Amino acid sequence: MDNREVSSSDGLDRRFAVARLMEHCADVMVIAGLGSPGYDLFAAGDRDLNFYLWGAMGGAAAMGLGLALAQPKRPVLVLTGDGEQLMGLGSLATIGVQKPNNLAIVVLDNGRYGETGMQRSHTALGVSLTGVAAACGFDWTVDITEERAIASLATQIIAMQGCGLACIRVKADEVPRALPARDGVQLKNRFRAVLGLLTI
Amino acid sequence: MTAWQDQLFDVLKKNRIRQVAYVPDAGHARLIERAGLDPDMRAVVLTTEEEGVALVCGAWLGGDRAVLLMQSSGVGNCVNMFSLLSNCRFPFLALITMRGEWAEFNPWQVPMAKATPGVLESMGVGVYRVNEAKDVADTVQAAAELAFGSDQPAAVLLSQRLIGRKVWTTGK
Repeated sequence: MDNREVSSSDGLDRRFAVARLMEHCADVMVIAGLGSPGYDLFAAGDRDLNFYLWGAMGGAAAMGLGLALAQPKRPVLVLTGDGEQLMGLGSLATIGVQKPNNLAIVVLDNGRYGETGMQRSHTALGVSLTGVAAACGFDWTVDITEERAIASLATQIIAMQGCGLACIRVKADEVPRALPARDGVQLKNRFRAVLGLLTI
Repeated sequence: MTAWQDQLFDVLKKNRIRQVAYVPDAGHARLIERAGLDPDMRAVVLTTEEEGVALVCGAWLGGDRAVLLMQSSGVGNCVNMFSLLSNCRFPFLALITMRGEWAEFNPWQVPMAKATPGVLESMGVGVYRVNEAKDVADTVQAAAELAFGSDQPAAVLLSQRLIGRKVWTTGK
């Protein structure tokens, strides 16, 4: 591991990046990891196929895997942060074994634990999540630092031609909170209703 | 009379379980093997049990019924992830083989064995213990009905006496 540090001012505006991504992902089912990724997703426009986690740190990718295996004909996006994904590193190995064609993980990587005081995470200290995903057998990985790459990322997600992980480098700045619903039962039921599934 | 391990598989089939997530245990070996061979099931090997809690919730979001197989030591790895179950009222069915209780040779298994029922209950997961082979199918069926019929979390503990002593001295 090298000890390169990533400046907090590097990267895209996270709200802008997620809004651009979601413009192209109207029919994609989305699991958002806790904290800022959920706020960014909500700020881009609430929709019934958004499932926001408010806890269960480290579980977003594994939840996305269960969903992707259950709905193999529809694209699934896990939108999460670097800290959340680092807590679930093992799930990248689990996904790499299953290789669902319809699962993409997009990490909004600010190299910081944004909810707790912007302490540096491992990705600011040399760890590469795309490198881990590639080593786990993901079909595609991409590091994104420029806005123009986001539309092609969306195309890749919708194409459902392999499981992938993208790291979007975002600025480690504080953005106004945009808080989605916290009622997990409601979020679950509205999500399932879109798929024609009963509440119980 | 079929072996309880095969009865267990039949109960999962009857309840339309499609995803079988597991961290291996000798007591689950037959179930894992049969799930892997069944075209309507997907066996998912995990690196740690908490992944399985999140995975079965994701499966339910997408309309699949899933089960989580682990041994008692794995329950301790799941605690915070269990918060998904009560917050979102996800159905949850776990089959947990017990170590560290009946004729255990390895003391490192004992603390989590003692804590397993309490940890599950403290996180709101119902606990149903099976001590005898004749009760396996009925108990797992009841737990599945509770999970998928009533959106409840249910864990069936398969006792170490049922599974049998781990043999340490044969072979090399």
